[in-house]
Amino acid sequence: MKLTGSEIFVESLKCEGVKTIFGIPGGVVLKLFDVLHQQNDVEVVLTRHEQGAIHMAEGYAKATGKAGVALVTSGPGMTNIVTGLADAMMDSVPLVAFTGQVPTSLIGNDAFQEADNIGISRPCTKHNVLVKDVKDLATVIKEAFYIANTGRPGPVLVDIPKDVTTESAEFHYPDKVSLRGYRPTVSGNRFQIKQAADEILKAKRPVIYVGGGSVFSGAANEVRELADLTQIPVTMTVMGLGSFPGTHPLCMGMLGMHGTYCANMAMHEADLLIAVGARFDDRVTGKLSEFSPRARVIHIDIDPTSIKKNVHAHIPIVGDVKAVLKELVQVLSSMDGNPASVKTQRRPWLKQVNAWSAQHPLAYQQEGKKETKPQYVIDKAYELTKHKAIVVTDVGQHQMWAAQYFKSGLQRTFLTSGGLGTMGFGFPAAIGAQKAYPNKTVLCITSEGSFQMNLQELAVAAIHKLPVKIILLNNQFHGMVRQWQDLFYEGRYASSDLGNTPDFVKLAEAYGILGLRSEGPGDVEAVLKEGFKHKGPVMMDFVIDRFENCYPMIPAGGAQHEMMLEDPPQLKTARKPSRNKGEDADAVLPA
Amino acid sequence: MEHVISVLVENNPGVLARVAGLFSARGYNIESLSVAPTPDATISMITVVTSGDEIIIEQIMKQLNKVIEVLKVVDLTEEDHLERETALIKIVTKQGQQRDEAIRIAGIFRANIVDSTPQTYTFEVSGDSGKIQAVIDRLKPMGIKEIVRTGRIAIARDAL
Repeated sequence: MKLTGSEIFVESLKCEGVKTIFGIPGGVVLKLFDVLHQQNDVEVVLTRHEQGAIHMAEGYAKATGKAGVALVTSGPGMTNIVTGLADAMMDSVPLVAFTGQVPTSLIGNDAFQEADNIGISRPCTKHNVLVKDVKDLATVIKEAFYIANTGRPGPVLVDIPKDVTTESAEFHYPDKVSLRGYRPTVSGNRFQIKQAADEILKAKRPVIYVGGGSVFSGAANEVRELADLTQIPVTMTVMGLGSFPGTHPLCMGMLGMHGTYCANMAMHEADLLIAVGARFDDRVTGKLSEFSPRARVIHIDIDPTSIKKNVHAHIPIVGDVKAVLKELVQVLSSMDGNPASVKTQRRPWLKQVNAWSAQHPLAYQQEGKKETKPQYVIDKAYELTKHKAIVVTDVGQHQMWAAQYFKSGLQRTFLTSGGLGTMGFGFPAAIGAQKAYPNKTVLCITSEGSFQMNLQELAVAAIHKLPVKIILLNNQFHGMVRQWQDLFYEGRYASSDLGNTPDFVKLAEAYGILGLRSEGPGDVEAVLKEGFKHKGPVMMDFVIDRFENCYPMIPAGGAQHEMMLEDPPQLKTARKPSRNKGEDADAVLPA
Repeated sequence: MEHVISVLVENNPGVLARVAGLFSARGYNIESLSVAPTPDATISMITVVTSGDEIIIEQIMKQLNKVIEVLKVVDLTEEDHLERETALIKIVTKQGQQRDEAIRIAGIFRANIVDSTPQTYTFEVSGDSGKIQAVIDRLKPMGIKEIVRTGRIAIARDAL
């Protein structure tokens, strides 16, 4: 039977099992939206900005592990999703973004709302395709989902000219794809795995360093088996959080720039790193030349380009993390002398790790302070929700505090913009996650800086009755910028002071959303409880200590063991007043 | 060190941009680039000459392999191979004596004269980069008007 391109598009989405897409219509995609409007299998969530749509699709994908879908129009519709594509590219988020394009006869003519969608998105997609013939549409969509979801996941953009949406072709959705240039390696090389097992048994001070690849691969059980079997302490990157229970005795928490003292010291002193779906990002390594100087490296990753890019791997293993770890655990279990002797052999190292942990645990001082400490809010939120919540963060200080204090125990429950560090990601991503799991508690831990970058999506939460719990840590600063200005720019707050606007409670109310405010530490628990009890979306505005800084901190370019653990002495006394005198001058007097 | 990498790609629009974009985005160097169809009309061959240390070349190979439309990547520098490049060189020759000298040089380097006017000669010369450079150096004193080079192509030698 012949179908129009628009019908082929919708039928293909159904074949892929897509239930929800996020987007905004426009001139060249009207026909696509028109066909979507006349069916009930695929729901369209109309967002208020295309950036909202793409981050919602990301949140949906990060929470479910399946490709999120966005549909936007040509020109500005497409350029508005670029940030989300770049974000998904960095964090390996499976996405399929459909963009409208001017009719094929007009491409290249600088037509109204024309942009070179393929050219613009090329460096920030895993793959992109312009569909020139309606006959190719179904195959291209099939391939797009396949590429987005397999190997190292990533965003794929499909650009559909207007005439392709109206012309007709026979519809046949292919059963499988044949891409001769794309065959991800899944199972690891046996010989390499055996080598890795030998190294693990020989090592005296090993560390398992887990990244986002472990989450995408669904390897939490395998990570845990490996750690338990070999008694090796585990640290996670911000993307890897949730791969290993934060409460496990072998868990050292997050590593890197704002990682725990224990994790960074252990990485520095290690004689063996087992990198599991991690990519040795600069926020993890600190100064490369002094990174883990005594360590041999086993690097497991599905993406060969991640291996030996920043740090030399002595034993590279290309493959799916879950498959490789499964085999590694098998090999280790069958080896002589293992695993009983490992426990005794590992004792001195674990003793040292525990000593670091006891020496400088994550800490903050709420007692006796009249301002609310942001860590206290997160601590309380964790206490009240435990492992039942999906936590979605924005970017900045609050993100790092959430990573430090929310001890996620499950994969896909800590969703954040790690690689690109996209402020404005959190709230729409939380909406996307909530759309995927309407009955789960979804917390959006954000700040007034990040939140204001995509606050227009409050309308979507309200209209779709998505009960996202917004925990807004309000210090009226771009807090991380202010922290760096305090530490490295002599306290000159250049364009980081946001002032005391808006009133977030009234803002929420304007959208028909419950707004609550916590003015001081005494309000925190009550506000959280009331917010969590409420059936719909809630905005909880927590007025926090404006000058709280996030520690530990490895200063940019510093070595991993050279952490700052608290404010340097000059910050403990008076702070310099802001130069932006007009902007809420009182608030920058000594805290 | 210089590496000659041959890249078999799907013959789709935009593939060259993808490969070239990869080099520019990651700060890799392209010294020469040549693209041409292969006997299989669906496949094109890109020959790229680049440089970098071992780690960079390894990354370039891996990054190229990662591109969905790239089918095969071979670093020919790793094996015994032949390299060729063609140049068209137009020189200005005013006096008869100079024209004779130009023809003599062409003979030495087995260059062909493919165009001639009373004031100019155009040579076609083919060989490895060293030879092309030598011809250019010899012709320079006469006055070179224009040079156009193809960029290098390369092929592996088979074992005997």
